[in-house]
Amino acid sequence: MSSSTEFEPKIIAFVCNWCTYAGADLTGTSRLKYATNVKIVRFPCTGRIDFLLLLKSFAQGADGVIVSGCHPNDCHYTSGNFHARRRWIAFRTVLDLMGVDIRRIQYSWVSAAEGSKWADLVNNTVADIRALGPYAEYQKVAEYLEKEGFDEEA
Amino acid sequence: MKKLRDRVAALLDEGAVSLVIGYEEGTKRPRPLFCRNSESSGKLIFDSRCFHNLAVYVTKKELVGKERFAVTAPISTLRSILQLYVENQLSEEKLLVLTVDLNGELREFVTFEEISAYVAQFEMKRGEREQEILSKIEGMTREERWKFWMGEMSHCFKCYACRSACPLCYCTKCVVEVNRPQWINPWPSPISNMEWHVNRAMHMVGRCTACGACGDACPVGIPIDLITRKMMEDLAPEFGYIPGQPAKQGNALSSWKLDDREQFIR
Repeated sequence: MSSSTEFEPKIIAFVCNWCTYAGADLTGTSRLKYATNVKIVRFPCTGRIDFLLLLKSFAQGADGVIVSGCHPNDCHYTSGNFHARRRWIAFRTVLDLMGVDIRRIQYSWVSAAEGSKWADLVNNTVADIRALGPYAEYQKVAEYLEKEGFDEEA
Repeated sequence: MKKLRDRVAALLDEGAVSLVIGYEEGTKRPRPLFCRNSESSGKLIFDSRCFHNLAVYVTKKELVGKERFAVTAPISTLRSILQLYVENQLSEEKLLVLTVDLNGELREFVTFEEISAYVAQFEMKRGEREQEILSKIEGMTREERWKFWMGEMSHCFKCYACRSACPLCYCTKCVVEVNRPQWINPWPSPISNMEWHVNRAMHMVGRCTACGACGDACPVGIPIDLITRKMMEDLAPEFGYIPGQPAKQGNALSSWKLDDREQFIR
């Protein structure tokens, strides 16, 4: 058990309706325990997950993000996950250039039958993000989002 | 130069084209010139200082009208025009492309293939400025890159000159004008500025021809053209397209391969 002083990361999971959401459901019905740090957002398909949503999560205080959907060739819409995979490759390239910590975005394929894989994915991601610590670097700058001016000294 | 002026005057007199977009002498450097009659063709110039990307005007319907028009284009502009052809924003019947090659000869291009063959002779490589800044960025750690870009982004005041200068940013409704949801905050702040530039880069995947117009247009001198250039350099071999030499195979993000990289996917 984690002590109360330990850092509890906030993690947002963007999942597809047909595979990972059903997989996470199976985790629950199988009574598998996993970390409670994750908040799941359900999408019709991984192809629908806009890259800006991932950035918005960090700006809103998330320390890590999970993006998960159907395995290749399993997509309900045939090719949504292939398109998403391309976009992720490009997105990671751009974010890495900008100096965003791409270790905080965990991509995965979890099918509707992989309840235990979902539990492992969440547990491993929580452990990874916990080791990395809060994403203060991003959140500190994001606080200015709500202000109209930016004071470089602050 | 004389050949170009004479040819443009002839084209306009014949009525072969209704408009020629070219360059004229400006106060500090060449500026765009819109020739609608043969008298103004005498002001045309075309030399190495003419790098303003005139391809940005060719998709402006209110400017070019319905009739055939011509544009004078250095190499970087030719690449943008090729990309616009691939994206079905231009038709060969409507656009005549003029350029002056390295030997000072006037060249006229009517078809996509002609431009493509001509552009293929020129290698795309970093200039001195690009090489200097990019090698500096490539040598940085992730934390240093974040600091560097946040410092740069804090100067951005969202004038969207980068968007206006880009020939490939031709959407009639841009994501920054969407306010339900408000994807990009209308006021400047380092994070939302970064979101805008990441967004811009993502919309340029497989499309950017690295003409440098965005970085040139930036009034506060943020090297934003290097974001899309670096992305293009990194992704082109992987996605299997040749930058600045588009094939009619579809956009990089609307096509995919079964064996795309997925080592990062757990």
